[in-house]
Amino acid sequence: MSVTDAAPAGHVGRELRRKEDPRLITGRAQYVDDITLPGQLWAAFVRSSEAHAKIVSIDTSAAAARDGVRAVFTGEDMSDLGGPLPMAWVPPGVEVNNPEHWPLARGVVKHVGDPVAVVVGDDRYAVNDAVEDIIVEYDPLPAIVDPEAAIAGAPYVHEQFGTNKVHEWTLAGGDVEAGFAEADVIVERRVVNHRIAGAPIECRGVLADYRAGSLTLYTSTQVPHFVRLFMALLLGLGEDRVRVIAPEVGGGFGQKLQVYGEELFACWASRKLGHPIKWIETRTENLSVAHQGRDQISHVKMGAKRDGTITAFHVKILADFGAYNMILTPLIPSLGAFVMGGCYKIPNVQTDITGVFTNKCPTDAIRGAGRPEATQMIEVTLDQLAHELGMDPLEVRRKNFIPKEDFPAEVATGVIYDSGDYHKTLDKLMEHVDLPAFRAEQEKLRSEGVYRGIGFCTWTEICGLAPSRITGPNGVGVQAGLWESAMIRVHNTGAVTVYTGTSPHGQGLETAMAQIVADKLGVDPSVVEVIHGDTSMGPEGRNTYGSRSLATGGEAVAKATDKVVAKVKSIVAAELEAAPEDIEVANGKFSVRGSPDKGMALADVAGVAYIGAVPEGMEPGLEETTFYDPENFVFPFGAHACIVDVDRETGKTQVVRYVAVDDCGRAINPMLIDGQVHGGVVHGIGQALYERVYYDDEGQLNTGTFVNYALATAAEIPSFETDRTETPSPVNSLGAKGVGEAGTIAASAAVTNAVIDAVRPLGVDYLNMPLSPLRIWEAINQGQGASPEGGPQS
Amino acid sequence: MSSTVNVRLNVNGTEHELDVEPRLLLVHALRDKLGLTGTHVGCDTSNCGACTVHMNGEAVKSCTVLAVQAEGAEITTIEGMGTEDNLHPMQEAFWNNHGLQCGYCTPGMIMSASALLARNPNPTEEEVRHGLEGNLCRCTGYHNIVKSVLDAASKTGAQA
Repeated sequence: MSVTDAAPAGHVGRELRRKEDPRLITGRAQYVDDITLPGQLWAAFVRSSEAHAKIVSIDTSAAAARDGVRAVFTGEDMSDLGGPLPMAWVPPGVEVNNPEHWPLARGVVKHVGDPVAVVVGDDRYAVNDAVEDIIVEYDPLPAIVDPEAAIAGAPYVHEQFGTNKVHEWTLAGGDVEAGFAEADVIVERRVVNHRIAGAPIECRGVLADYRAGSLTLYTSTQVPHFVRLFMALLLGLGEDRVRVIAPEVGGGFGQKLQVYGEELFACWASRKLGHPIKWIETRTENLSVAHQGRDQISHVKMGAKRDGTITAFHVKILADFGAYNMILTPLIPSLGAFVMGGCYKIPNVQTDITGVFTNKCPTDAIRGAGRPEATQMIEVTLDQLAHELGMDPLEVRRKNFIPKEDFPAEVATGVIYDSGDYHKTLDKLMEHVDLPAFRAEQEKLRSEGVYRGIGFCTWTEICGLAPSRITGPNGVGVQAGLWESAMIRVHNTGAVTVYTGTSPHGQGLETAMAQIVADKLGVDPSVVEVIHGDTSMGPEGRNTYGSRSLATGGEAVAKATDKVVAKVKSIVAAELEAAPEDIEVANGKFSVRGSPDKGMALADVAGVAYIGAVPEGMEPGLEETTFYDPENFVFPFGAHACIVDVDRETGKTQVVRYVAVDDCGRAINPMLIDGQVHGGVVHGIGQALYERVYYDDEGQLNTGTFVNYALATAAEIPSFETDRTETPSPVNSLGAKGVGEAGTIAASAAVTNAVIDAVRPLGVDYLNMPLSPLRIWEAINQGQGASPEGGPQS
Repeated sequence: MSSTVNVRLNVNGTEHELDVEPRLLLVHALRDKLGLTGTHVGCDTSNCGACTVHMNGEAVKSCTVLAVQAEGAEITTIEGMGTEDNLHPMQEAFWNNHGLQCGYCTPGMIMSASALLARNPNPTEEEVRHGLEGNLCRCTGYHNIVKSVLDAASKTGAQA
């Protein structure tokens, strides 16, 4: 790290090691499967082996007769639900085909893994034995797997619609046709962003306990508040009777931003059977039925003048949603559309989205959700354009960057970017990367038979999901406000508990939020406990996704703390016979400005507040709540460079070096930011080089274990070089933007551009992900990569 | 119900005698029979390494060992490595270097990494990366895990 600003005065800005870690490194943390309740029963699902079929019969008799089996249920048994699983996006003026989706299939299965029946029994081995005894007779229906075939016509995933089309949605700014008319050069490409899995190392898991009219659900989720609402609605319970707890959660990556049928089943069955019900997902289930991501085929067209000025960008996305709409499925590509101009001043930008059903696992948000896809389209196409123009790709980028003077900058799509300084991040990147030296080395290595390439990605994105007025029912159409809450409780002793409505699961928010609060209250972060992920603790919340937990959740914490500080100042002013506006916090004390010796520590103030010796008219106690709804999104940005070696003989790519310069506004804890970037970058490298959810033509999943769904290991990946610039966001008082998705949004495009740069001398000008050895080898040997189709489709 | 088999094992210094189904996996014996839930299950196919424990001093994936195969063995789990007040140097290194995020792979990583250093007290970065090939992490991108292991090696290597 080489951010050279002076050392921070307080805790904010410091690389404080995490408050979360002691329980995690000693094995004392509690994930769902670590919790056991008295009388607990286990559930295991029977899942469809067919991609599309009528269920002719289900014979549960042998399973039901087994020792240790308490009950077997099929779809018909759950006819008392208040409704199907939710889809929460209702875009104004847009028709969305939305089929009913039930926790257990009703008469027909739509993808491999669709749940057909479920066994409940005494232990995890017994229920899995019994699952093997259930005989399901299927009458296969034709399956449709390829999204381009699916949009063209029958067979239909959902016959009642007479089409596989889910919806059409367009976001346009300017006039792309006029823009192309002005262009001297136009490039058109087919960009395939293949399907990937979220693959948190902890699979999903639930433990539901209904007793005496109240339901407690432990679930490995990012969104306990959303889950509570839908459990209450679908089970006919008051929200006051439902408590959802996200205990320690072993990674989410968007996959756990969902309301799942297994959660609903466990709650329903617990009420029915009078026992707690536990279900722990297997990895094969996780890779076949937990929602997946990406899976877009796009036709993109970018036009520019001879000097490199981009005049228009038009993208037509065909988005494969799989068999059902999950909670936000059809919205996901739209998240990319808002920033389809990237960090460039492009006057004419249009995104046309068509959603399509196929007989595959549904897709929804996976880390980046629409924005990695947008970045891939922008950044790879821009490189293609630069090559066509005979210009340096970095020169084209610099020529088109939105200049820093323009911020806040309204872009063609109508979105207002909050702040940015794109030249600065790229300049900083180039301090780390000596491009002329690289080109000389590249030339030399080629003569030795080593094909080395460099790829760049200068990216921005839209995150901090909020504000309600834009995301909500009257705006984009999400049927929920996306504000965030916080409650700060100062205890009698001066210890502080923070309740956040976000639900972090590895990001380190307990530490970052404690740093924010500690500075404002003049205490050490070690006495600030951050509570999250329990709907019965603290106010209603809006959970963790979309890189929102610091920019929106952290700001809510800051604002609630400011209210506490205001009360503290009034109490201190009364005690010290001064004016509240003259009270300041310094060296752990609230004191009158200029008289630091005569002050009160937070514990002293809390004592006064709880004894009730507060000024006339003031309530006792020291606790405040905030609901914060920001004015705008936040727009982090950055510049990444990737260097790869491609083996000409095998087509295998090795990442040699990766440099990431990111700007997520003011850094609350730089160590946490670097950690998010590292993990995000590997997610993006993984998609580009290794990961792919693969279905065959019959709709059978070939990637149902980690044997054939390849997550990168430590051995494939180099160490990273990270650096940052800090351009504060004007949207919140912290100046913070999100960083959880940044690395993933940037990396796949940087890798793709690097691979293309490496193999260009071999006659390959363009390639699509996944950049598998086979695809690269075929492109090199068949010259097919030179086509705008993006190489062999293997 | 299947017949059970008697198995004796020493886990974290304590002798245990269990009656188990012959097919019971060691990881389930540790978690469900002994309540040692720090050892995690992440994949079922021995790819992810979240279940790694030490068996007679060697790192093994406890989802691929039957409890009966551990008859007479000395097992160390994450709970046996160190406590919050007395951390093992590898635990300390993971904390100091931000070597974990969600923490789910962490116990397995710590067990693999400590076994790696027992074999090779002063590994290169490349040796660490190859040594941890059997442990998957989705959060950290491995950067800070590798840094943690190298840090632990630099602090303990001299004693080893």
